[in-house]
Amino acid sequence: MNDRTDALSNLDLETPEKPYLDSNELIINMGPQHPATHGVLRVILKLDGEKVLGTECVIGYLHRGVEKIAENRTYTMFNPYVDRMDYVAAVSNGLGYCQAVEKLLNVEAPPRANYIRVILTELNRIASHQLWLGTHALDIGAMTPLFYTFRDREEILKIFEKYCGARLTTHAFRIGGCQYETYAGFEKDVKNFLAFFPPKIDEYEELLTGNRIWIERTKNVGVISAKDAIAFGVTGPVLRASGVKWDIRKAQPYANYADFDFEIPIGQNGDTYDRYIVRMIEMRQSLRIIEQAINGIPEGPIMAKVPKVIKPPVGEIYHSIEAPKGELGYFIVSDGSTQPYRVRVRPPSFVNLQALDIMVRGMLVADVVAVIGTLDIVLGEVDR
Amino acid sequence: MNALMSYFGSKQTPGVAGNQLWALIYIFIIFAGVAVIVICMNWLERKVLAHFQVRIGPMRVGPHGLLQPFADALKLLTKEDIIPQEADKVVFWMAPVIGLLAAFTVYIVIPFGPTQAVTDMNIGILFMLGVSSLGVLGIVTAGWASNSHYPLIGALRSSAQMVSYEVAMGLAVVSAILMTSLNRDGTGTLSMLGIVQAQQQQGIWFIFKFFPLGLIAFLIFAIAMVAETNRAPFDLPEAESELTAGFHTEYSGLRWSLFMLGEYAAMIAVSAIAVTLWLGGWMRPFPNGLAGAGWDFFFALWPGLTFIGLGGLAFLGVVRMPSAQFFKIQRVGLAIFALALAGLGGLLIAITIGAHYSQRNIIASTSAGIAYVYWFLLKVAVFMYLFIWYRATWPRYRFDQLMKVGWKVLLPISLGVLIVTAIVGMIL
Repeated sequence: MNDRTDALSNLDLETPEKPYLDSNELIINMGPQHPATHGVLRVILKLDGEKVLGTECVIGYLHRGVEKIAENRTYTMFNPYVDRMDYVAAVSNGLGYCQAVEKLLNVEAPPRANYIRVILTELNRIASHQLWLGTHALDIGAMTPLFYTFRDREEILKIFEKYCGARLTTHAFRIGGCQYETYAGFEKDVKNFLAFFPPKIDEYEELLTGNRIWIERTKNVGVISAKDAIAFGVTGPVLRASGVKWDIRKAQPYANYADFDFEIPIGQNGDTYDRYIVRMIEMRQSLRIIEQAINGIPEGPIMAKVPKVIKPPVGEIYHSIEAPKGELGYFIVSDGSTQPYRVRVRPPSFVNLQALDIMVRGMLVADVVAVIGTLDIVLGEVDR
Repeated sequence: MNALMSYFGSKQTPGVAGNQLWALIYIFIIFAGVAVIVICMNWLERKVLAHFQVRIGPMRVGPHGLLQPFADALKLLTKEDIIPQEADKVVFWMAPVIGLLAAFTVYIVIPFGPTQAVTDMNIGILFMLGVSSLGVLGIVTAGWASNSHYPLIGALRSSAQMVSYEVAMGLAVVSAILMTSLNRDGTGTLSMLGIVQAQQQQGIWFIFKFFPLGLIAFLIFAIAMVAETNRAPFDLPEAESELTAGFHTEYSGLRWSLFMLGEYAAMIAVSAIAVTLWLGGWMRPFPNGLAGAGWDFFFALWPGLTFIGLGGLAFLGVVRMPSAQFFKIQRVGLAIFALALAGLGGLLIAITIGAHYSQRNIIASTSAGIAYVYWFLLKVAVFMYLFIWYRATWPRYRFDQLMKVGWKVLLPISLGVLIVTAIVGMIL
């Protein structure tokens, strides 16, 4: 009770109130070793029976000091580290970092590199959403979708593996473009996937979308209004499900997203079900983007002219991209040396996690699990 | 020897006949049988669930993981026995025993056949519901004695859940009991044997009686029994993703396995109630439509054919197994297993054919008994498969929704069905 995290807690843990029938409220530690906290999140729950009176997230169990490491590495050396933050969407992380440094250097990746980047990033978005869907469904008690999504995610990981040799922490991009040319058969693999995947989404939806229990468990659970969502800085599908049409791919197009025709799905109620629907539609939209990109991929160089030793001019830059989980931003301060003076990451998971408390207050224990699942956090990114 | 033989050919269950020795033998057979079924279920659940989920399930311990349950049991038995320091030791020790006892005691009245039951009580179904609801006591005490938050919440959930679903379940059962009072002699019965015999007399399984009243009552029972046994989608007391493991979070090793044994035994027991009340108990399918000695003989062959079929499947496994030296022991083992199954099937068929052509009373009664038990267990097996299927398909209900379903949906419907059944019964 006396360790520092509790002293900082906004829950008054020392003096239990007597809310109902003279029963003391219950303080429960959910995590850090808990099957449904997606890693090492610790949530202190204050309960009245099953009802949640308040929550307190204790994070930092996976803190590796990524931002500090950046200050002791060159720009190039730091690149692989960003893959380890959101390890289920490593490609997006790499894209954000590479583009931020490119902006600082004032170079542009060549068109072909941009197309490859878009294809891989969108594939990664699908993979990330698949992992979210499987674990989210598992948290709510449906075991089977997890295995279906993992089976199909394999196809994406195979493409990654063939492209750059790694499946999760891909390190697919370099500052200035891509290191690897697409392998022979890349186009065919991606096109196969485009044909392969839509029926699989239908399969997931068949199990869940119309399922009475699924609807009951997700409708009106963890509601967050658009106003609250914006106030908390929530981004990504969580924000869009509340009815705010904000997607950086459209709002501030990066890479060459401006070239593609796709839609931004939004929800109305901001509940768990809407977030589910938004992500399901996003997967289909990602397929649309990939289809356009793979058909329009130009020939040409894949690497811009970048000096061997990267020494950006003195200055600072903030660049953000739409990662699968929300706005992933890099704020880089350069002092003109080969090492960044400071790198600050704006991780979507960390910011989204803050909304947990207002989303679950007054709901039941089971909803906490559902909401943690629907926020789609990755602790590697929260703690960095 | 005389005592042993004197019971043969009796038309009564040993309990009713007052034959203590045979009652004891039946109890042992049932206990061993349930244990074997639980072992089979353990393997089947893992395999079937795996195949639902595009996995292959256990493959390493024995051919197709057939020895996995034994490996598990060995592991659980040899595990360190942990009792938390703060736990109430006596109650902690007692809880799984209570759960197990409650689950196994109900088997006394389950009629596997007209004489294939330990005893026949005139309040059989009441006894069964009463004793099986004692199972909640084991869960509550386990949650309380653990002196830990997650088990406590799990225990509270399960007590609320089991108590509320018992109401709907009881009303559904009553509507089936009402149907027994439509016998020709005009008296109803609570005896498990009597209920099946009533279906025999009336020439209809109660699930089809007063269509769709019987069916609705059956469906209510089928839902409530899943909730009673804490299985998906009503597995809140042990909701893994919420309460880590619910009431048995602090249990490990042998004690944990007792809980599991109790849970599976309870699953079989409630399925047996459903089979007895609505699905004609030990009767073979289509007793009216496909009547006659020929059809009787045809259906009597089923037990043997089933085992021969299972043996054939095992042989198929042998054929499909890689021929590498590494797999030799598995191939031989599976082949022996297949032979044993086929041999058992052959024996059963021999008994059936023998009963068909010979006039020996003992063979005929054995053959009939085998058929009774077979049909009963086959119907129970359907339910067991459904339990696994539910688990693979559905998410878990939330606590308040579970209560809502129990009190606001199932209870009114079952009450309505009961009233309508009573009215229809009076009119007819």
